[in-house]
Amino acid sequence: MTRLDLSPRLSDPDGLFEVLVEAHGGLAPEASRRLDARLVLLLANHIGDVEVVKQAISAAMAAAP
Amino acid sequence: MPGTYAYPRYSYVPPDDDGARHPVVVAGGGLAGLTVALDLALRGQRVVLLDDDDTVSLGPRAISFAKRTLEIYARLGLGPLLLGKGVTWTVSRVFFGDRLITEFDQMEEPGHQYPAFINLQQYYLERWLVEACQATGLVDLRWRNRVVAVGNRPGEVALTIEVPDGCYRLTADWLLACDGANSFVRESLDLPFVGRVFHDRFLIVDVVMQAGFPAERRFWFDPPFHRGGSVLLHCQADNVWRIDFQLGWDCDPEAEKDPDRVCARVRAMLGPDIPFELEQVSLYTFHCRRLEKFRHGRTLFLGDAAHQVSPFGARGGNAGVQDADNLAWKLLAVLRGDAPEALLDSYDEERAAAADENILASTRSADFITPRNEAARAYRDAVLDLAARHAFARPLVNSGRLSRPAVLRASRLNTPDAGGAWAGGLPPGAPAADAPVLCDGREDWLLRHLAADGFSLLLFGAPDEVPAAALTAPAGRARQGAWPVRSVFVSPAEADGVLWDRDGLAAARYDAQPGTAVLLRPDQHVAARWRGFDQVAVAAARRRALGIVGEERERIPA
Repeated sequence: MTRLDLSPRLSDPDGLFEVLVEAHGGLAPEASRRLDARLVLLLANHIGDVEVVKQAISAAMAAAP
Repeated sequence: MPGTYAYPRYSYVPPDDDGARHPVVVAGGGLAGLTVALDLALRGQRVVLLDDDDTVSLGPRAISFAKRTLEIYARLGLGPLLLGKGVTWTVSRVFFGDRLITEFDQMEEPGHQYPAFINLQQYYLERWLVEACQATGLVDLRWRNRVVAVGNRPGEVALTIEVPDGCYRLTADWLLACDGANSFVRESLDLPFVGRVFHDRFLIVDVVMQAGFPAERRFWFDPPFHRGGSVLLHCQADNVWRIDFQLGWDCDPEAEKDPDRVCARVRAMLGPDIPFELEQVSLYTFHCRRLEKFRHGRTLFLGDAAHQVSPFGARGGNAGVQDADNLAWKLLAVLRGDAPEALLDSYDEERAAAADENILASTRSADFITPRNEAARAYRDAVLDLAARHAFARPLVNSGRLSRPAVLRASRLNTPDAGGAWAGGLPPGAPAADAPVLCDGREDWLLRHLAADGFSLLLFGAPDEVPAAALTAPAGRARQGAWPVRSVFVSPAEADGVLWDRDGLAAARYDAQPGTAVLLRPDQHVAARWRGFDQVAVAAARRRALGIVGEERERIPA
């Protein structure tokens, strides 16, 4: 089974954060939520493995109270 | 009351056998009850069928019948009627707003006698089933007979039945509860019926119209003519169209049935220029749930009495027919002492697994169509938005996953593959696949040659490639009593006494090589398969498929 890679992999972390925030600039909360949903689906398809997505869901849920 | 169809009225006959005992009593004359009664009668078994009404089903019921169901009805002699009256369709289109976002063709491959789906009003099928039951002379159809008390005792079921003249009693060796979603038998045995209710309401409208729509399934999410809800359009026979409007949980169910209001909804959808007539209108809420066990002593549950699903995917009616197909031969084998009672536990195991498959698929569809919360709605709409533009998202669009026959993979009746390097084909538990063949020079179909009264052994290869033992003594027929194994030779070359697999489709679908043998149960599911014929292995697999194991082998010599 492919394991979710949790090591730092981004060469430009500040740049990634910036593009995510900018994508939501000016959007109402509802539109933001839908944009995020589209992003998750696009990225999940790119990953192509529901087991990896499940690990990401677990990691995301565990990361905040 | 529909204008395109005259409901038959069946006569009530006062019962004259108060206190009698019958081997098989069926409670409920819907799709599952009539089908299991017909299957039993065609196998020679007398059946008493009790129905609380005096006609076929009223109201909107099943409309889409899948290929496997059609093949079962072909076995029961109703295939040509269904093909003749039903509307064959294969294309599904899904819209989001006013955009077409995906379309697909259900017809997976050519070379099957029956199409992937036909649509037909259930009342036609029920009427043909009643007539076919009557023609056997073995089904005692008792109209206006309502079961009002059930005593499920060891070895028998005591029934109290209310008729227009009063009450009478019967004792059944076996009771088949086919009395629908609100099963009285289930309630009187106090059996939990556990699952999920979906907080949504759907308005079901059948209209008659000469529409220019093609015969295909159309599904809209959030269309301009019904903002915020979904709509389904489906054709039926006689220019009757089924329209399904999602109304949400908060609507007023009584107000929504007002004909003027319904007509306004339909007109908004069709436009002002298409004349139509309302045929029937109803409102429903659905559940996805099942009984934990389909067998309780001498009572067996079939169809909606045993399991309920959401309507998206045509998995209700088709499952009920497969329940009947699965149970009839087993019950007969037990009644006649050819198999131990435990064979009936395999009905519960096999059909409960199938029900779970149907519940899972139809629950997922319902969750897509009726999002549970705002996050679910955001993902649903994200899928639909992406699907309009990107192929990857189209398989995620779920407007109903259409009924597929169950593969009974985990069944105790299967003999697992023992080596033999299979590259696909049909594993033990799968329903038999049809294929075009030539029989004595005439075009024909493989399934039409399967045994009506027992097991079939498909033997693949030219006659000189099939072992002589198979030709002379197909699995020791003489010792097999009431459930013989009948050989069906499927040959790549034309020869006497074989089905000529000219196009090679039969061999391809069963992943057959010269010498391959496939044993099919009386309900046409694969029991076992081998790369080479072995008389002892065939006999053992047949016993296993009849549930004859351990000490039963001493008691039942077959």
